[in-house]
Amino acid sequence: MIETWSDLIPLLPELFLLGMINIILIAGLFIDEKRRGIVHFLAILTLVFTAIITMRDFNVLQRYTALGGMFVRDGVSDVLKLFIYLTTAVVFVYAKHSLRVSKLFVAEYYTLVLFAVLGMCILVSGGNLLTIYLGLELLALSSYALVALDRDSPSASESAMKYFVLGALASGLLLYGMSMLYGLTGSLELAVIAKKLASGDLPPILMAFTITFIVVGIAFKFGAAPFHMWVPDVYHGAPTAVTLFISSAPKLAAAGMAFRVLAEGLEPRVQDWAQMLGFLALLSLVIGNLAAIAQTNLKRMLAYSTISHVGFILLGILAGDEAGMAAAMFYVIVYALMSTAAFGLIIALSRAGFDAERIEDFKGLNQRHPWFAFLMLVTMASMAGFPPTIGFFAKLYVLQAAVDAGWLWLAITSVVFAVIGAYYYLRVIKVMYFDEPEVDHKISVPGDVRSVLAVNVVMLLVLTIMAGPLTRLCEQAWY
Amino acid sequence: MFDVILSLLIWVPIAGGVAVLTTGERAANGGKWLALLVALFTLGLCVPLWMSFDTTTANLQFVERVAWIRTFDIEYYLGIDGFSLPLIVLTCIITVLVLVSAWEVIEYKATQYYAAFLMLAGMMNGVFAAQDAILFYVFFEAMLIPMFVIIGVWGGPKRVYATFKFFLYTFLGSVFMLIGLVYLYLKGQSFQLIDLQSMTLNMTEQTWLFFAFLVAFAVKIPMFPVHTWLPDAHVEAPTGGSMVLAAVMLKIGGYGFLRFSMPIAPDASAAYAWLIITLSLIAVVYIGFVALAQQDMKKLIAYSSISHMGFVTLGLFIAFALVLEGNAPDTAALAVQGAMVQMISHGFISAAMFGAVGVLYDRVHSRQIADYGGVMNTMPWFGAFMVLFAMANCGLPGTSGFVGEFMVILAAVKANFWIAFAAALTLIIGAAYTLWLVKRVIFGDVANSNVAELQDLNSREWIVMGVLAFFVLLIGLWPAPLIDVMQPSVEALLKHLAQTKLIG
Repeated sequence: MIETWSDLIPLLPELFLLGMINIILIAGLFIDEKRRGIVHFLAILTLVFTAIITMRDFNVLQRYTALGGMFVRDGVSDVLKLFIYLTTAVVFVYAKHSLRVSKLFVAEYYTLVLFAVLGMCILVSGGNLLTIYLGLELLALSSYALVALDRDSPSASESAMKYFVLGALASGLLLYGMSMLYGLTGSLELAVIAKKLASGDLPPILMAFTITFIVVGIAFKFGAAPFHMWVPDVYHGAPTAVTLFISSAPKLAAAGMAFRVLAEGLEPRVQDWAQMLGFLALLSLVIGNLAAIAQTNLKRMLAYSTISHVGFILLGILAGDEAGMAAAMFYVIVYALMSTAAFGLIIALSRAGFDAERIEDFKGLNQRHPWFAFLMLVTMASMAGFPPTIGFFAKLYVLQAAVDAGWLWLAITSVVFAVIGAYYYLRVIKVMYFDEPEVDHKISVPGDVRSVLAVNVVMLLVLTIMAGPLTRLCEQAWY
Repeated sequence: MFDVILSLLIWVPIAGGVAVLTTGERAANGGKWLALLVALFTLGLCVPLWMSFDTTTANLQFVERVAWIRTFDIEYYLGIDGFSLPLIVLTCIITVLVLVSAWEVIEYKATQYYAAFLMLAGMMNGVFAAQDAILFYVFFEAMLIPMFVIIGVWGGPKRVYATFKFFLYTFLGSVFMLIGLVYLYLKGQSFQLIDLQSMTLNMTEQTWLFFAFLVAFAVKIPMFPVHTWLPDAHVEAPTGGSMVLAAVMLKIGGYGFLRFSMPIAPDASAAYAWLIITLSLIAVVYIGFVALAQQDMKKLIAYSSISHMGFVTLGLFIAFALVLEGNAPDTAALAVQGAMVQMISHGFISAAMFGAVGVLYDRVHSRQIADYGGVMNTMPWFGAFMVLFAMANCGLPGTSGFVGEFMVILAAVKANFWIAFAAALTLIIGAAYTLWLVKRVIFGDVANSNVAELQDLNSREWIVMGVLAFFVLLIGLWPAPLIDVMQPSVEALLKHLAQTKLIG
């Protein structure tokens, strides 16, 4: 397939990333625990340089393909990739503290996460069902291993097992849908599939099955209800450093996959899949918000909250037009920022032998450490979608797209559930501000975590003022 | 400076609040002084604002307009007219008084308390100055978070229940407004209030929008039957929280009717005016009786607030009945002006009443009426102020409480005698519950040893009470400047309401 070497230029960031992962993998073997900081540093540096290479020929309005259409680079892929690098770099900074504290500071964490990042990059750039599947599996396999990183913990092993079994099932469903799509259209290439679907009249029953399998596969990866069962267990069971990662960047990739497969490949059948997504979005909003109220564990609560956020992302996607996709993209970017902030704060409050993962552990935080309490307040407000945080604008954008596409009833339902959801976010604020502290140990957080955390959370406020450029970026990526 | 004076009114308190937060607990005294200075500076900004306000035009003044989110045509668009100006000034005055009245009282996390009120003030000014619907909504919602924290951290024993109820009620109401705004945007491709107000809408659309807005503002103001959060919030809130809640935050509901419901959906507003008028009369009469039965002073004043805010909604919507008749433009103007005057007047009176209860509470730590009696004997100055405010609350001529209620009742007589009759009942019921409260608390013999040991107002409390008394009397005796300021805006609004939006 490779005709000239210049064909590989669009792949340069991924190739560089792959090379660096191998270097880190080997270096990790020879660097002993005392100097493992080098691996950490190297991993962040890798992401920075990958981002720079991506930026080098970044043009939000241009679209290139490479390897005969297998690999696509356009505004959508590049914007998502840049935010994947950014969130992963932030994840690394927070994770180091958490890994140290829980005695899991191993080089494998970094290689596995970077492999997952590579998988995500391939996934969001996939122009062909094969590339998409390849990227997805690379991401998924790395994630399974990451969840089991703490191999002596029964709950981690259990959740890794669940994740693997359900994830494999989802991959199987997706693959089955893809094979039927191939059978129907005779092509694996998304552009060709779209053309065939638009022109030919295909057997409706087969078509319905195809779309169902593909939508179910995507819903599994997203963690949308009713395919959400793995989410709470994995979030809860995995080490916090891993949950932090799984909850953030892979959602960007999942959105990318949905964009590629649904908005490009199955675009002519938007009527069919939009109905299904509407059902999934509704269930996600209901189950996510209601179940989150009952949680006492913060990680589990955030897991259910993620499910409800996925409901909102789907609300954008199901609008089916460019505005809807742009809205979903904006939402998922904002979500990734909020999620890293929330888990970063959990990590900041953890110390050796103690994970601050129960909601009670935040009792009286305002008295113990007003600054972190304030950061958590802003994060929770943003997740709940209160102005003046960016979380509000993300919801506004999505609602607008959904109402415009004629989904008024779903938009109204979603805001009602947003109000119900506000309750559990407020409860965290209540615990921090209104309750008396129960423990009194000193909160000591390394400087790098503290400053990145501050920037991360303050961004949730500052982005409100800067919402113009970010919405514009998302919009341009789609037009 | 006039180019950005509205921005200063919004951002100086917010930035000041952040600065006060950073002073931390160690330098609490410095933080308090800083907060007071910021509040005084903000109040000072109102002087040139009022002085250079052009009272001959209904056009927006001090306009600032910058594109904010181009994708949705959301603008940072500020400007004020005769409706906004008095409310902004009210906000700034009340904020200073709240900070002063908390000076020695709030000891727990004092700087956070001060910072929360400053930020709240900035956001409330933002609500009144915003001319872009989303900007309005951002400030409208953002206000909830500081208030949630104020009630929750410094409130009474059942504060958690009260503050959650307050928050979720208001939030639920406002999300429907958001959907309404999104709908309007998709139809007209604009979020600017001016465009929304001039947009043509059919009756079905108007009805849906009217009810979407109604839910938001009826909860805020609050109207019967969605008023139940208010007594809880007031009882549990600290004194300052109650003062701001009653004096300013409730007014945002009335302001919302003026800015959104009435001009955007005038035909639906006219069609459903009967509903609002009925609910207002229920609030005025029934809630008045409920107030009569209260044992807790703060609860009594809270119910009295609901009853008085009933006059605001009554005045605003009786105007429709008058406009429809077509022969009474002056009376319609009287009704709207009455509603506005009532809002400002109630702002001062309710703040004063809650402040007065706060003074007693700080000494005795009880809000129960039964724990007091004969306070006049030990606190003559306080008793004098309390009696004045009570008189104002029941609408004695010469106090601000009289002006607004009188104007609304006068207008109501022109519309329908029985509406006016029902509304006028408040003069009796209001007098009953207020005077009975005063009788039981202030007059009579010294009831117990707590009352016998009471100290009269210190100079700090004297200032707060004195300033409030000054404004209560000023508006009561000389309401003309206030009415002049809003006159052109009222006329413009009525002219707008008289035109149907059904056909282009």
